[in-house]
Amino acid sequence: MSANAAALDIPLSAHDADRRPSMGRLTAAELRKMVDTRAGFWLQLTVVALTVVVVGAIDIWGAATDQTLAQMLAAAVTPASVLLPIVGILLVSSEWSQRTAPITFVLVPQRTRVLAAKVAASVVLSIVAFVFCLAVAAIGTAVASPEIDGAWSLSAGLLGQSALSLATGVVTGVGFGAALLSSAPAIVLSFVLPLGWAAVGSIHALEPAARWLDGTRSLARLTEHLLSATEWARAGTTWALWLVLPLAIGLWRILRDEIG
Amino acid sequence: MIEAEGLTKRFGATTVVDDVSFRCEPGTVTGFLGPNGAGKTTTMRMLCGLSRPDGGRAEVLGGPYAQLPNPGRRVGILLDASAQHAGRRGREALAVSAQTMGVDQRRVEGLLDLVGLDKTAARKRVRQYSLGMRQRLGIAHALLGEPQVLILDEPANGLDPPGMRWMREVLRDFADRGGTVLLSSHLLHEVDAVADQLVIIGRGRIAARGSRAELLAGAGTLARARDEAALVAALDAAGFASRSDGDGAVIVNAEPEEVGRAALDGGVALSHLAPSGAAGLEQLFFDLTTGAEQ
Repeated sequence: MSANAAALDIPLSAHDADRRPSMGRLTAAELRKMVDTRAGFWLQLTVVALTVVVVGAIDIWGAATDQTLAQMLAAAVTPASVLLPIVGILLVSSEWSQRTAPITFVLVPQRTRVLAAKVAASVVLSIVAFVFCLAVAAIGTAVASPEIDGAWSLSAGLLGQSALSLATGVVTGVGFGAALLSSAPAIVLSFVLPLGWAAVGSIHALEPAARWLDGTRSLARLTEHLLSATEWARAGTTWALWLVLPLAIGLWRILRDEIG
Repeated sequence: MIEAEGLTKRFGATTVVDDVSFRCEPGTVTGFLGPNGAGKTTTMRMLCGLSRPDGGRAEVLGGPYAQLPNPGRRVGILLDASAQHAGRRGREALAVSAQTMGVDQRRVEGLLDLVGLDKTAARKRVRQYSLGMRQRLGIAHALLGEPQVLILDEPANGLDPPGMRWMREVLRDFADRGGTVLLSSHLLHEVDAVADQLVIIGRGRIAARGSRAELLAGAGTLARARDEAALVAALDAAGFASRSDGDGAVIVNAEPEEVGRAALDGGVALSHLAPSGAAGLEQLFFDLTTGAEQ
């Protein structure tokens, strides 16, 4: 008997067989699905590479005012905030496009738990990515050592808001993936719809609505300064439209539809 | 144990599964036979909770599938071998599922070995797999959680003859150790050799159900004569309907002795007379599922 065949005789924990997989375990599995496919792997390697390139470029060509930690961080997070939502989309839509949904849902028949694990995994991914961006930005600032007062100052509140901005962006991707259950349309629409809406919002008559619902306005503040109460209300309204609504539509479709 | 009772599924105005009932007992292999589009896949999807029945109920191990706490550890399922993420490596496809159901990762290596996917194959992305390799990966996936029940949809599809023989051995062994197996096929010979019980479905309805011997008993007699037309006439005269098997023989829905007597009475010399066996089963399968004779 080979070593591998012997592995089949390792007794499995009987305890596990009659217990639901924990949310932690499901989240870990979803995190794994984000990086173990060709598309997921390259997307994330691209984010890492671009982050380093952007920060390096500011080190070389940037003005001293661009080299403060706060400015570095804002630049460093940009590649992640553009590309990681695609990882969020694919995490859901590829289950349909690649037809793995039946496998996923026979292992975890509670479909809501699967979607919850995907959201949780997206938040974890965002936090890891944010910490990475922060580290790269800090190295960039250290290398440049701009002789400016408060070059290293960064409020905890702003730090939290930036992380929140990234995380909600990735979860919005999950929402688009879930609402459309198809990779290409979800990716295209997640770029086109907000841009189109921003264009429409520039029409004077719609300007008041745009202030509450256009992410390019209401959410852009998150990385700039600490939000006022009104600004939080605007950001919350925007999230209700762009994040909560697609997720709700997605959940409804996933619960209602036949799988496979 | 698998139990389907009055399972019914409609898509719009079409009833694709109509009042389907059967039971699969531990220690047995059940062949689920029917032509493409007969409702096999839909029935199996209802068994594992992916599709909601419009009527009837489906139980696996004494309850609805979706109520199993960690189903992968009790039931191994292969519904569509080609449905694997094309950009994921073979080993990784197993590893993710092993992680989800809480199975020791070393078991992944053991199963890759068992299904004959070597290190090079396990490292390849599923995109590069042939259908046969995907079936092997799918069977490894089904066995991952050390299940008590296997539900396999067309697992022999794409396997070469040695692969089919290997799969029969795996399934026989699984059942002999007390497992319950339900496997579907649209080809009789794929399941005939391994199944203890056959469930034949056509146009969404159960057409026949029983052990091979039980089904064969009603499959009739195969007779040959140099003068086939005379044989048919003699059988007609004796009141037995017969039909040609397309290969110079006739299949008669009667016992061999009755056929022999009819031939004697008609003065026809027989060159062959025997229970129809597999040929009859094939014919029975064909008749039942095309609805030519009901």
